[in-house]
Amino acid sequence: MRADPAVYDLVAPPTLTDALALIANEPTQWTPIAGGTDLMVLYSAGKLSPRKLLSLKGYRELREILATPSELAIGASTTYSDIRRHPVIRNEFPLLARAASWTGGIANQNCGTLGGNIANASPAGDSLPVLLVYNADLLLISARGQRLIPYSTFHTGYKKSILAPDELIHSIILNRAAKIGMRHYVKKVGARNAQAISKVYLAAVGRNFNGRANSIRLAAGSVGPTPIRLIKSEQALEGISLLNDPLALASKVLAEEIAPIDDIRSTARYRSIVLRNLLGEFLGMLAHPVMP
Amino acid sequence: MSSSLPHTKKVEVRFTVNGAERTVLVYPMERLLDVLREECRLTGTKEGCGEGECGSCSVLFDDVLANSCLIPVLQANGARIVTIEGLAENEHLHPLQQAFLECGAAQCGICTPGMILAAVELLKKTPRPNLEEIREGLSGNLCRCTGYVQIFEAVAKAAGVELAR
Repeated sequence: MRADPAVYDLVAPPTLTDALALIANEPTQWTPIAGGTDLMVLYSAGKLSPRKLLSLKGYRELREILATPSELAIGASTTYSDIRRHPVIRNEFPLLARAASWTGGIANQNCGTLGGNIANASPAGDSLPVLLVYNADLLLISARGQRLIPYSTFHTGYKKSILAPDELIHSIILNRAAKIGMRHYVKKVGARNAQAISKVYLAAVGRNFNGRANSIRLAAGSVGPTPIRLIKSEQALEGISLLNDPLALASKVLAEEIAPIDDIRSTARYRSIVLRNLLGEFLGMLAHPVMP
Repeated sequence: MSSSLPHTKKVEVRFTVNGAERTVLVYPMERLLDVLREECRLTGTKEGCGEGECGSCSVLFDDVLANSCLIPVLQANGARIVTIEGLAENEHLHPLQQAFLECGAAQCGICTPGMILAAVELLKKTPRPNLEEIREGLSGNLCRCTGYVQIFEAVAKAAGVELAR
């Protein structure tokens, strides 16, 4: 049944400082809403349980992308469209630009935000495994101050995170240190390119160093309660000859560190097999020299 | 409705729609889609899925394509909105509207306003798109009648490009 707008409240404090003061004074009372591409779907369906919402739209400091020689800070309210067209992201973090291009259709990319994707904490969020392989940090802010945390520590369970009730995600920080020879891979398997939520998702970076796997980082979506970094598979692959069937070696470890389920989009078995195949595709790509 | 739940106060929200300033007295979480249709009587904006999948409710919001079913009206305060009704100039259809007409790109018509607005955004960013770019630009807009071919042809026609087959 459609929601009754009369029983919901939405406020838009004039400044970010005001917004932080509101959630500091009434923690757990207010649910932030940015682009609305997740919460408004629940609302339209009459399934949005929080009744008091705090709009984060329009705070300029949350929508800036700031580049220094060493870092890129992406404001949490940056939209997927902003991400797709940003030159530094396209050149240095190409998987993020590609993931943004797969998220919803154009209208949703114009509204949906990177911070919203993180806070919504779906295990199927398209940009999340990419942030894991790029070792992103998150800057969290509150009226008490700010803290910088590794993104890999943010999600603590299905739709759960370490974000305190009075905190907001301010920005996503990426390290721009040179990645010479680094290969970037991402693939989403879904029913359709646009608008479809992934059944399985793998993001990967790594190098071919004298024929051996080097600096491998892997993260997967839709195979566990949160997006997961595949640390054990990475360790199993590091230093292994790429010409000697590295997948055979990694796939047992891979199977052990994921927890896929059967749901409306796919089955656990399909997800396990396809994720293994995606890893094989990445390792195959890594084994071959870059085409000029 | 259930009287036990506390009711929120209505608020004034101001925006411009198709160049005209509007002030509406609304609940802040009303969907922009409903406000456009019911308060502004602009019923060209359609509701298909109501969950941001189909694009029927697309409008231009501060110059970019957005699904009006996903926008709480308070977030439209100060915004500049263009709906399908704002494209034609007096008696002259927008070139995309004219091309949709000529190519038979509409059947039931529910998707058409959103399709055309998505095409407006596409041609603004990519004035001479190829088929792949047209398909991507319209990928958030679903049509259950035409099979899309005439829609892609209409966009190409409006852009003055030939589609390779």
